Amino acid sequence: MQASIAVSRDPAVQYLLRIGDTCLIHAQRTAEWSGHAPLPEEDIALSNMALDLIGQARAVLTRAGQLEAELGGSAHDEDQLAFLREERDFRNLTLAELPRGDFALTMLRNFALATFMKLLWTKLERSTDAELAGIAGKALKEARYHQEHAGGWVVRLGDGTAESAARMKAALDTLWPYFAEIFESDAIDEQAAATGLGPRWAELAADWREEFAAVLGAAGLALPADRAFRSTGKAGRHSEHLGYILAEMQHLQRAFPGGVW
Amino acid sequence: MSPAVTPGTIPGPPAEPVGKPAPRNEWPLWEVFVRSKAGLDHKHCGSLHAADPQMALQLARDVYTRRQEGTSIWVVRSEQIVASDPGEKAAYFDPMADKVYRHPTFYELPKSLDHM
Repeated sequence: MQASIAVSRDPAVQYLLRIGDTCLIHAQRTAEWSGHAPLPEEDIALSNMALDLIGQARAVLTRAGQLEAELGGSAHDEDQLAFLREERDFRNLTLAELPRGDFALTMLRNFALATFMKLLWTKLERSTDAELAGIAGKALKEARYHQEHAGGWVVRLGDGTAESAARMKAALDTLWPYFAEIFESDAIDEQAAATGLGPRWAELAADWREEFAAVLGAAGLALPADRAFRSTGKAGRHSEHLGYILAEMQHLQRAFPGGVW
Repeated sequence: MSPAVTPGTIPGPPAEPVGKPAPRNEWPLWEVFVRSKAGLDHKHCGSLHAADPQMALQLARDVYTRRQEGTSIWVVRSEQIVASDPGEKAAYFDPMADKVYRHPTFYELPKSLDHM
């Protein structure tokens, strides 16, 4: 079996891993709908979006690996970072790894994440890291569409039949506690803000809340009350669900090191 | 006969539902037109089911333009399209077959206009 790699603890690398890993794990969950979406057109749409997210993850992880080398560590490529890291070295939001649930839950999560990513990419377009700024320019267009697509569904289901409204409400109650983690700031955020690599994620909270509440309002739903619970995926402490994703995602590379298509 | 359309009138807003009510478990059908690049016409490229206009447009984008086929999309409710009756094809189109003089190929053009 292929041994795991150790990744740089540098704050800039960690900041990039948070972005790249959130895209990667979100992509895995989104891709689970391939062949299972409620209609063929939506099946294609979700597969398209999963591939957008994979593309973003590839670009950001590649940059993270280059940065490791620039900082004097050993370089890692996108495949090593995706396939050879232990669960605790993944820095994605816990929100991204939660099981996909029903279509309402998937759409609400997609909307919440796309809204956040749109705001984040907008800021990252002005990153002092030219490579990251370039990635952001391309990813922003994708995130804007993801937000529009999922937002349409949140309204359609929330403001739909009694059954669809109940499911969207249930999805909101399930996911709400996990949104708070997105905007928790720590030393890694402070460092990124200080160097101009990217914003503190907390800076995006007000805009996110405004956009999220507007769509929720159109869907006939209200923002739930804030809770004290905080998930900790960004710090590498994950829910029980991530291990299963990684087992499925990594087993081929672990079993056949360096295998390519 | 095909449904009568008075010349000069435009069919009204979505007559909903046309004929018998659409079954509640089936979304309406939409025709998709894609313009491949600026200056060209929108071309019919297929159809899809969608619950509302926004969804029809988004699904058309995801299904019909995922390989860079388009720069603009139109979607139209299929039931809004008034089509000629295939049974009336002969009466509609055959009379034109022997009227070649309708093609502007019988005029002698001055040399200076040769490339019209």
